[in-house]
Amino acid sequence: MHGVEKLKERAAKAVDKKAALGPDINLKEFDDSFVVHSYMADEDLCGLPQAEQKRLVMSGLDVTQKERAGTFFQKDTSVIHCHSSQDGIEVIPIRKALEHHPWIRDYYWKLVSVDADKYTAAVELSLHDGYVIRALPGSKSIYPVQACLYLDKEGLQQNVHNIIIAEEGSELHIITGCSTSPHMKRGIHVGISEFFIKKNAKLSFTMIHNWAEDMMVRPRSVAQVEEGGLFLNNYICMKPAKSLQMYPTAHLVGREAVARFYSIIVGSPGCEYDLGGRIFLKNPGNKAEIVARTISNGGRIFARGHLIGEVPDIKAHLECKGLLLKGGLIHAIPELEGHVDGVEMSHEAAVGKIAQEEIAYLMSRGLSEEEATSTIVRGFLNVDIPGLPLQLRAEIDRAIEESDKDVM
Amino acid sequence: MLAIENLKVEVGGKILLDHIDLEIKPGETHILFGPNGSGKTSLLMTIMGYPQYKVVTGKMTFKGVDITFIPINERAKLGIGLSYQRPPTIRGLKTRQMVKICGKGEADAEGLAKRVNFSEFLGRDVNAGFSGGEIKRSELLQLMAQKPDLMLFDEPESGVDMENIHLVGKTIAALLQKDSSHQDAKSKAQMKRERTKMGLIITHTGYILDYVAADKGQVLYDGRLSCISNPREILNCIGQNGYEECVRCMA
Repeated sequence: MHGVEKLKERAAKAVDKKAALGPDINLKEFDDSFVVHSYMADEDLCGLPQAEQKRLVMSGLDVTQKERAGTFFQKDTSVIHCHSSQDGIEVIPIRKALEHHPWIRDYYWKLVSVDADKYTAAVELSLHDGYVIRALPGSKSIYPVQACLYLDKEGLQQNVHNIIIAEEGSELHIITGCSTSPHMKRGIHVGISEFFIKKNAKLSFTMIHNWAEDMMVRPRSVAQVEEGGLFLNNYICMKPAKSLQMYPTAHLVGREAVARFYSIIVGSPGCEYDLGGRIFLKNPGNKAEIVARTISNGGRIFARGHLIGEVPDIKAHLECKGLLLKGGLIHAIPELEGHVDGVEMSHEAAVGKIAQEEIAYLMSRGLSEEEATSTIVRGFLNVDIPGLPLQLRAEIDRAIEESDKDVM
Repeated sequence: MLAIENLKVEVGGKILLDHIDLEIKPGETHILFGPNGSGKTSLLMTIMGYPQYKVVTGKMTFKGVDITFIPINERAKLGIGLSYQRPPTIRGLKTRQMVKICGKGEADAEGLAKRVNFSEFLGRDVNAGFSGGEIKRSELLQLMAQKPDLMLFDEPESGVDMENIHLVGKTIAALLQKDSSHQDAKSKAQMKRERTKMGLIITHTGYILDYVAADKGQVLYDGRLSCISNPREILNCIGQNGYEECVRCMA
């Protein structure tokens, strides 16, 4: 197991390596020891306390598991539920996969560098768990697989590693929620996600974050999209967290591969978010789109986007719109990098307040000023996401609707 | 009834309207003529209640209520509606939702849209990328759902192609209860008696007169209402002699 040791060695060297972006976090202030929770059967899930269920529902986890192709549920460091209910879809805890399925080594740390920073290193050196979700070749999931990473223990550092594989010609939809229990205040979530979208496969990945106000969050995600593949990555974060930094990246390694990132973010007072998306277009016919809608009602938001066109005959667009409602900061940093003739790349960035003209227009149709404002804000957050199943659209709409009161 | 008395309006310290007296009785439709920059749109925006149009003197009453200083939405609730010339785009708000907002949730968006040939736009963001003619039909659709008693039209026929001008004209006539096409049992006199809707229409071309039998014409020149007469006569006069001459001859 030379390779395994090598990973540990590299990780050990990076334990103090600061991340390129975002405030540095002293991981020694958190506890990453294991917390045992017992496994729950289907019916136990439905027996969870109402307050907890509500937190889960807001993150897209349906405890009844109706209209879900599978479920993965990790509480603190333990997997408490994991199963697949559709042929062609595998849902496996990653520790189990590392133990029993040698093939996972072909994917493990293949896209994210284990020594990228102290967070990647921490996950390798003290892996709690995480999920492997795989759609077998040609399989089409009718319902989404749901995955939830839940924090309950005060002061915990949760280290997870996820691997998502859409095999050739498959279609896979995943909704993943990250949340904390209602009483929890402080903790850190470090999550590695590696996505493999093979030839002509389609993967939609919708992530909804519902953190506590004192939470630190450091996801590290990289995707690889092969010929004719589609990666649709949606991120919704409407609830406050103290510090969140991530820069998910996609490499389009085959012809006609497509990646589209959509994010909807609200930053409240005390929040510092540094969020971005980066897509490398490496083959003719590649297409990429990054769309971000950010609202600050007092928080600090850095909204980054970076498109890199390396060959001719690619098309890429970046849209970054920010709305300042009650002070705060929105710093939009759109970057386009064309390396050759024949790339078609554009961006559109705007940061501002709600136009008085739009409020007056709606008021002349009978809405009060407050109603008009919330209608405009809801419209601003209502991003069209082509190719997203209706059911997941409904989950996004619900997350937006739920937090509507907080935003205003 | 809308009654405006001795109204003086300024925007950013500049007087845009002065000595405005205007009375629109239930069932009446008035046409507002005037060259560019004469204050026509300002008058509509003042009636609708846009706060940047500051009323310095005078007052406006509608249905007996003093509306001079009440907010836009309260005027809308009283029954005043505006068809905009250049309304803003509202991203993410679908036209269908907008129609529902106008109708307070009761409007049949699909049915109404069919009448203005606008069904395929219901799923699009309000005014996003609409052509001039599409904006006009969208505005009319919203008014159809809103059903105001006083309708203010800011150049409803501008930018509308020949194919749709008939549709726009007929729709406005219907909104103002002046649609004489279906000659049912009611006599013209009876229709007139039962008519309650009021209209104030800004027009440059006068095309709208082919569809809506307006009761009175007004010329707004340099911020003042300078003439009240038969709208056709005014239109002819302007056509032959221009606004300046027209104002002088009518005075």
